[in-house]
Amino acid sequence: MQEYFIIIISAVLINNIVLSQFLGICPFLGVSKKLSASLGMGGAVSFVLVLAGALTWAVQVYLLNPFKIGYLQTIAFILIIAALVQFVEMVMKKYSPPLYKALGIYLPLITTNCAVLGVAIINIQKEYTFGKVMVHSLSHAAGFTLALVLMSGIRERMEDADIPESMQGTPIALVIAALMSIAFLGFSGLI
Amino acid sequence: MLVAVVTLSSMGAIFGIVLGIAAKKFAVEVDPRVEDLLKIMPGANCGACGQPGCAAFAEAIVAGTVTPDSCSPGGASLYEKIAAIMGTEASAYEERQVAQLLCQGDNTHTRMLYRYEGVTDCHASLTNFKGPKACNFGCVMQGSCSQVCPFGAIQMGANGLPVVDYYRCTGCNKCVVECPLQLYKLVGVSHLVNVRCVNTEKGKGAKANCSTACIKCKICEKNCPEDAVHVVVQGEGTVALIDYEKCTNCGICAAKCPTKSIDKIMPLSEEVILEVGETPTPGCTHCGVCAPQ
Repeated sequence: MQEYFIIIISAVLINNIVLSQFLGICPFLGVSKKLSASLGMGGAVSFVLVLAGALTWAVQVYLLNPFKIGYLQTIAFILIIAALVQFVEMVMKKYSPPLYKALGIYLPLITTNCAVLGVAIINIQKEYTFGKVMVHSLSHAAGFTLALVLMSGIRERMEDADIPESMQGTPIALVIAALMSIAFLGFSGLI
Repeated sequence: MLVAVVTLSSMGAIFGIVLGIAAKKFAVEVDPRVEDLLKIMPGANCGACGQPGCAAFAEAIVAGTVTPDSCSPGGASLYEKIAAIMGTEASAYEERQVAQLLCQGDNTHTRMLYRYEGVTDCHASLTNFKGPKACNFGCVMQGSCSQVCPFGAIQMGANGLPVVDYYRCTGCNKCVVECPLQLYKLVGVSHLVNVRCVNTEKGKGAKANCSTACIKCKICEKNCPEDAVHVVVQGEGTVALIDYEKCTNCGICAAKCPTKSIDKIMPLSEEVILEVGETPTPGCTHCGVCAPQ
C-alpha cells in the first residue's frame, strides 16, 4: 500500500511530468489560457495516458520482451499511441457526442504528446507491475492536469495585468512556467 | 532483424485493419452540405451570425435554425452561394454595412482634462473621471475597438482617433458592442454623409470642449433640400441626426455645418459596395476555434 502511495506523491508533485520532467510542454503552454480548456485537455490526456499505459505495458511484456526486440520500444509505442487516439476518437464520436465535443478537439493533439510516450517508457524502465502501471499513469495524468490548471489560473489573472509589450504572450508564459518549475522543486524533499 | 521487421509490420497491419473496421463501424453520418458550406465561409469565426464560429453557423443553416443571410462578413455573394448549396432562392440581400465612428474629436479638436497613462483599454480609461476628455461623449482613444476587430479594419490614427478602413470592414458589429460610449453605428455603404458627433449638450458647452462638436445650430436642418436631417432629442439633450431613408448624399449639410461635425466621405468604389473586396478574408486571426487555446 505504501508503495502505491509513494508512486502517487512522487508522480503528482515531485516528478511532475510537466514541471519537473519537462514533458508535454507544448499543451502546457498552448492550452493554458483558459481554465475550461485546460480542464478539457487534462481530461483528454488522462484518458489517453491511462489507456496507452496499459496497452504499451502489455505490448512490452508480451511482445517485445519475449522476442528480445526491446530496442523497438519507441517506434512501437508511438504506433500504439497514435492508433489508440484515432480509435478512441472514433468510438467517442459515435457513442458519446457530448464528450467528443468537450474533448474531441484536444484528442488529435495528444497523438504526438511526449508526455504520453514519456510515461509509457517510464512505466517500463521502472519495471512496474500492471497495477502499479495503472496507478503511475493515473498519477502522472493528475500531475499534468494540475500543472495545466495552475498555469491557466495564473494566465487568466494575467489578462488584467499591465505587462510590458515585449513580454506579452509567450515570453511571460515561459517566465511563469520557469517560476512554477522552481516552486515545484520545493517538493523534492517530500519523500 | 527479421523478427523486428515482421513484428512491427504485423503490428502496423493489425492496427490498420482495426482502425479501418472501426472507421466503417463507427462512422457518423455528416450531412455533406455542412462541409460544402464550411468551405465557402469567410472563416473569421467572428460570431456576427450569433453562432460560435463558422462551423457552427454551417451546421445551423443545415439544421434550419438560422437564416442564411445572417453572415455579414460574407455579404451578398456568400448568401447566393449558400442558397445554391441549400437549393433555395436567394431573395434580395440587404446592402453591405460598415461601421462609422461617431466622433471626430481628436487631439487637435478636443480639450483634454488630463493625460491618461494607464492600461490601454477604453473601459479602464473611462473609470477615471469619465475619461481624459472634457467632452464626456467622445472617443477616449484607447483603441478597444481596434483590438476587438477581427478583420484589422480599425487602426489607431495619427491624431489618436481610430480610423475605420471601409474596404476591410465587414459590418460584424464587434466594435459596436465593444465601444463603451456606443460611438459606432453600422451604416449602409451607400450612405456617405454622417453626423459625427453624439454630444447632446447645449451648443455653448459642447463647443467649449470640442471645436468639432454638434452645436445644435440647425443650419443643416434649414439647408437640407430633402428634409432629411434634424436636430432630434436624444438622451438628456439634442443632437443632429440624418434620416438615411431621405438623404440623397448631396452633402449640403456637411458643407454648411459650422463645426464640420457633419462629414461627407468619399464614395467607395462600385464593386466594394456590392460585395466584400479581396482583403477581408483575414486568414488566421488566432481566434482559437479550430484549435484549443
